[in-house]
Amino acid sequence: MVTGYVIRKNEYHDSVFLMRVAKRLSEQKGILQAAALMGTEKNKVLLAEIGVRGAEISESNPSDLIIAVNADNQEALTSVLEDIDRWLTIDLGSAPRYDIRMLDEAVAMQPRSNLAVISVPGSYAAREARKALEHGLNVFLFSDNVPLESEISLKEYARERGLIVMGPDCGTAIVGGKGIGFANSVRRGPIGVIGASGTGIQEFTSLVHRAGSGISHALGIGSRDLSDAVGGISFLSALDALESDKQTKIIAILSKPPGQLALSNLIPRILQCHKPIVVCFLGPKQDSPHANFHSRTAHTLEDAAALALQIVTGNLLPRFNADSPRIQTLIQRERASKNPEQRYLRGIFAGGTFCFQAQQILQDAGIAVHSNAPLNGNLKLANPMRSEEHTLVDMGTDDFTVGKPHPMIDSRLRRERILAEGQDPQVGILLLDVVLGFNASPDPAGELVSTIEEAKREAKKRGGSLSVVASICGTEGDPQNFQQQVKLLKGAGVIVFPSSAQAAQFCALLAASLSEVIGVK
Amino acid sequence: MSNKLEDLLQQGPIAINIGVYGFAESLQIQGVQVVHVNWTPPAGGDPELMELLDQLL
Repeated sequence: MVTGYVIRKNEYHDSVFLMRVAKRLSEQKGILQAAALMGTEKNKVLLAEIGVRGAEISESNPSDLIIAVNADNQEALTSVLEDIDRWLTIDLGSAPRYDIRMLDEAVAMQPRSNLAVISVPGSYAAREARKALEHGLNVFLFSDNVPLESEISLKEYARERGLIVMGPDCGTAIVGGKGIGFANSVRRGPIGVIGASGTGIQEFTSLVHRAGSGISHALGIGSRDLSDAVGGISFLSALDALESDKQTKIIAILSKPPGQLALSNLIPRILQCHKPIVVCFLGPKQDSPHANFHSRTAHTLEDAAALALQIVTGNLLPRFNADSPRIQTLIQRERASKNPEQRYLRGIFAGGTFCFQAQQILQDAGIAVHSNAPLNGNLKLANPMRSEEHTLVDMGTDDFTVGKPHPMIDSRLRRERILAEGQDPQVGILLLDVVLGFNASPDPAGELVSTIEEAKREAKKRGGSLSVVASICGTEGDPQNFQQQVKLLKGAGVIVFPSSAQAAQFCALLAASLSEVIGVK
Repeated sequence: MSNKLEDLLQQGPIAINIGVYGFAESLQIQGVQVVHVNWTPPAGGDPELMELLDQLL
């Protein structure tokens, strides 16, 4: 193996762009590993871990670009590193680029601006968000790793001025029919959404769209907004605004269970809202605070969409029916081809909320599940890289993504994990999510298909079969096209369900059925 | 005092994008007016220098 790197002083690129560059480099012939990173201390450690070291790297700073490559021969290494400009300019996109480096210049150029979309690294994000608020701009704060005290102070500052901070650590919003960050293409309609997580909002809004209704606005408030520490500052701003908004006829609230103190403070305001509210706090049933609400309550994102749709259209969404002939036939078919060893389920998720919701559904069905992001602390995986018994892995956590592309952008990490699970003779079911929409991978199902087929072949060689179950979050208007992605998965023998909840409900039935075969309780 | 969040919902977004360029592009594809800021870490990413600059400006 040969190693080399190129450093470009004072050449900053954003992390998503660099992930795409690294992905493209790693696909070149003879390239074993490629990294395209800014010279932060954390990134220097990552480079050292893959065997890339040097005095110039030690001296680099966060404004310097480092491209490092491990190759199996010198020729491959040279061909990539001598032509770095080509890799950095191949995918520059079509939006106009002005030589604007400061927020003040952007505001002067576009004085009617009403929103700052901020996705700089977490340690700088609060500074940029504060400047945007001072300019009277609402803020969509995509960045994660924003300190809690900064989040509170920014949100308080915003609320006092009639502004909102969406996020941090929430990648999705829809405002007036326009998707911001990782959002799906959904029609406008009467349902307003306040959501704590990006994929939760994506699933809900896609289900509403595919059922024929639409979304007025979906505001992502961030995973910590409803904690006791933050107390729902952005939640209250979002609720006030959606209650006043003429197009919004009903409001859906989607989150993990809020902090007890935050909840008791927010309940009177929620009950006071003069528009119908659907509340979905994901989590095990025994932890559910739903009893506190007179409003309509849901336990899954699909339940929430179904309730909201019923209120605005009067129509019922087709739901999962365990006793239906179709499901019973599928269970029997999948069970019949298993060998006695195959008893475990492995879920490999790109969306954190889908992993969380699937754990909830399995736990409610009496099935204990391990995870790197567990509902219950005692079922935390000792090693996130290694599954135990029934396991659901959130591949979007820092366990996997530090210095590497998020699985919604590049499925490489997921493909490696799927193959590893396929090698385990005790695995009988694989549960996957596929997330479409703006800024996600251009072909997420296509990236997974050959790996799924390979894992299925391995199971067959051992005399069994691998059931692969998936859901696709998205719409026909997304850049990736929902129907096309469904077709690709079905072509690879994947059982595709219309929602993440239904896919998990089917897996719970099938996993229970496999346990019955071998007498495991 | 005008509520700027309500204005945002009524008018739709007119955006300034700071960070991931792809977010500007996806907004532009949807017909949103957007100005992208070519952000770089202030003071070369040196936190002490950054704090000094903030105090001066």
